[in-house]
Amino acid sequence: MGPGGIASGGGEVLSAFETLLKQSNLSAEIKDRCSTHKVGCLGMCSMDVLVDLFIDGKKTTYQKVNAGMVQRIIDEHIIQGAPIAEWITDEEYDNFYSKQIKVVLSDCGVVDPESLASYVANGGYKATDKVLKTMSPVEVTDVMTKSGLRGRGGAGFPTGLKWETCRKVPSSQKYIICNADEGDPGAFMDRAVLEGNPHAVIEGMLIGAYAIGADKGYVYVRAEYPLAVERLSQAIKEATAKGFLGKNIMNTGFNFSIKLKLGAGAFVCGEETALIASIEGQRGMPRPKPPFPVFSGLWGKPTVINNVETLANIAYIITKGAEWYASYGTEKSKGTKVFALTGKVKNTGLIEVPMGITLREIIYDIGGGIEGGKALKAVQTGGPSGGCIPASMLDINVDYESLAKVGSIVGSGGMIVLDEDNCMVNIAKYFLAFTQLESCGKCVPCRIGTKRLLEILERITKGLGREGDIELLERLSKDIKSASLCGLGQTAPNPVLSTLNYFRDEYEAHIRDKKCPAKVCKDLLTYSILEAVCTGCGACKRACPSAAISGDKKKPHKLNADLCVRCGACFDVCKFKSVTKE
Amino acid sequence: MLKITIDGKATQVPQGTTVLDAARMLDISIPTLCHHPKLTPFGGCRLCLVEIKGIPRAVTACTTPVTDGMEVTTSTPQIEQLRKSVLELILSDHPNDCMLCESAGDCTLQELAYFYGAKGSTFEGERRVYPKRDGNPFLERDMEKCIMCGRCVKVCDEVQGVGAIDFTYRGFKSKICPPYEEDLNCEFCGQCVSTCPTGALTGKMWSLKGRQKDVKEVDSVCSYCGVGCNLTLNVRNNEIIRVTSKPDTWNEGWLCVKGRFGYGYVNSPDRLTKPLIKKNDTFEEVSWDFALDYISSKLKEIKKEFGADSIGGLSSARCTNEENYLFQKFIRSAIGTNNVDHCARL
Repeated sequence: MGPGGIASGGGEVLSAFETLLKQSNLSAEIKDRCSTHKVGCLGMCSMDVLVDLFIDGKKTTYQKVNAGMVQRIIDEHIIQGAPIAEWITDEEYDNFYSKQIKVVLSDCGVVDPESLASYVANGGYKATDKVLKTMSPVEVTDVMTKSGLRGRGGAGFPTGLKWETCRKVPSSQKYIICNADEGDPGAFMDRAVLEGNPHAVIEGMLIGAYAIGADKGYVYVRAEYPLAVERLSQAIKEATAKGFLGKNIMNTGFNFSIKLKLGAGAFVCGEETALIASIEGQRGMPRPKPPFPVFSGLWGKPTVINNVETLANIAYIITKGAEWYASYGTEKSKGTKVFALTGKVKNTGLIEVPMGITLREIIYDIGGGIEGGKALKAVQTGGPSGGCIPASMLDINVDYESLAKVGSIVGSGGMIVLDEDNCMVNIAKYFLAFTQLESCGKCVPCRIGTKRLLEILERITKGLGREGDIELLERLSKDIKSASLCGLGQTAPNPVLSTLNYFRDEYEAHIRDKKCPAKVCKDLLTYSILEAVCTGCGACKRACPSAAISGDKKKPHKLNADLCVRCGACFDVCKFKSVTKE
Repeated sequence: MLKITIDGKATQVPQGTTVLDAARMLDISIPTLCHHPKLTPFGGCRLCLVEIKGIPRAVTACTTPVTDGMEVTTSTPQIEQLRKSVLELILSDHPNDCMLCESAGDCTLQELAYFYGAKGSTFEGERRVYPKRDGNPFLERDMEKCIMCGRCVKVCDEVQGVGAIDFTYRGFKSKICPPYEEDLNCEFCGQCVSTCPTGALTGKMWSLKGRQKDVKEVDSVCSYCGVGCNLTLNVRNNEIIRVTSKPDTWNEGWLCVKGRFGYGYVNSPDRLTKPLIKKNDTFEEVSWDFALDYISSKLKEIKKEFGADSIGGLSSARCTNEENYLFQKFIRSAIGTNNVDHCARL
């Protein structure tokens, strides 16, 4: 259960099963054979709460379960052996999983994240055993290089090369850091891994530490992930108690310990040098590179920083081999990638797909298409550093190179689906507002430049856009990208540039015609009532907060545009479509 | 030694040299605002961006260590455009009231804006508004003029070891201030003032006393203690209006609160410039010769009547080491007692 499942009532469902299985008049035989297990996120948020029922090895999955449904499941399915067809997952559920290939998430939803024994029973720490007892550090980095694994945090730097470079730097002290400061709006891949299978991340760090020669590791995890923090601390404690962490691991003489460092909520601390500064107790501000952390990182020592998802891949690659991993994906982007599929898509949730899958497959086959039969407009990938890919490019392959070619990025894995009701200027403004707030303030282009970009976007969406604003946005965006210190500023203008590139007409409509084609920007909307259609029910009049609507009962109402605050309450409440928005 | 070529000029520099240092050795000028030669590099103002062969994006010269065979270009149309944009962004959030600013004519930002033709109106927008509210008598902090170069933060931490100020908040609202935005409560050494490249930090007592172009610089030594820091008195109309110190002095240009701000006594009407002797309950001016003769005869008298050990000498930390040495020599040899001490021991 992740926060999504818990919010949907997962806790209540679990305790209902636990209580009812004890109380019901079940035979002792059935009672003894029944047990309940809490597992991590299964991925399909839109069908929460999901319950997997195993009877004699046969799995049945129920969807949208609530505590009130539990008694019937026990009575009919568990006792009488008759599954409840209408509650069992349907085709949509199968479609959601059929094109997914799970590596990182393969054990999420299978192992109990709060039990080391459960992880070990599923083959956990076998890779550690193999690495520590039979492989040299060079052999480990070779496997990583051959697997083609690239950093899943966003930049896509080859993991094997990073480890090998750090391994070669002579130093008596090295560090490995797990970057769990996931902060992109709409992204929750790393959280699901930490909550669903924390030992996989620990094992990845252990193997990485062995490969580069580090004996200390840090997990920098944001404090806004309390469940992840809790499960991770418990996993570290248990792994230490059972000898998988600490001194002389598995009697091989290898020492490795992990400390947790909680982030205080700054997005920029996901940038590796700011993250290092934060662990050191400094304000989280990036430092210029070079020198790169593999040469001079935490406290000036060689340091490898890997993202949660990258690390969660490691043990599987060691166990199943580099060739197996490299068999997925494209020539330059190997393996699988986890995405958080959100926005206007039917089946929202967490998915893991092979690199190179098309955007169309993700949205229509896995995601089930657009909600409410609306038209897809664009897909935003890569969070505030990414860009919008228009619907016309739906057959693009999702991999590092292809997305970069069209002005977006894979990023850490946020994927927000936008439909015809989304205003692209507004989307750009949303991301700019985020990056502006989260700029650390150190360098001028990011601190002031993003503020000016945001101000221009704000005036455009308010109908105050001027001729020349588009050119100013372009010039400023390019300067910010070239002159900023860290990745945050260097990528912050991407949402502006990509929407300008593909949806320039929307910008022009805002500036020249003072119209928002998607009817989102409040200041550019005009509400009116079609007198011919209005039945005079008075619903709009009651909903109006500014007394802008007048009219007698059962007679057509009128809307006074001078008093209207454009809140849209009348539009939403009218059952006869007599209120228009333009 | 590492080989480096900058704008076609080749040289060799020791390991650890930055590209900026190497360029300055070659007399190639690269504009900077956040860089200070005595402080650790920051890389925040982005003015020293240069192109290095083999590195895909422009990097800051102040933070990039030289590697062997490096080829650097310090000026291209693209780089100059970025510098101008950066300056225009700074000016878009700056009061730009140079005619009223204490630092006009002595301001790096003003000078760079002039050379780059940077206007404050290119990227108009919201400006930070901060009230001036520090109650202290020394430092004027006009944070609306602050360009967040961080030199004050670094000098306070790295040189003075105090850490009275730091960066706070994020984004456009980032600012430099004491903890919890309280009034400054520090040593008031004014090192921050001396490193500020704009008019954000100035001395309160310097206000409206005169522009830097009108001062006559008089090098002197601080009279407050035996350390003997080198001072430069900034004199206008025969009045000290400001005290600074040059970076090539042995005290590297660093001063304390007394040396920097404690110059008011020089022109004070209360200052004693001649010895006074009390006669009939009132002090009367006498000549130095008279005063010294008087002291000498009194000491001799006391020594003769009560012995040398009835006399003690207490010297001051405001004297130099040499003066203190002479004083103890005088007490021990001329007076003949070991009763000698120094105020710094109290």
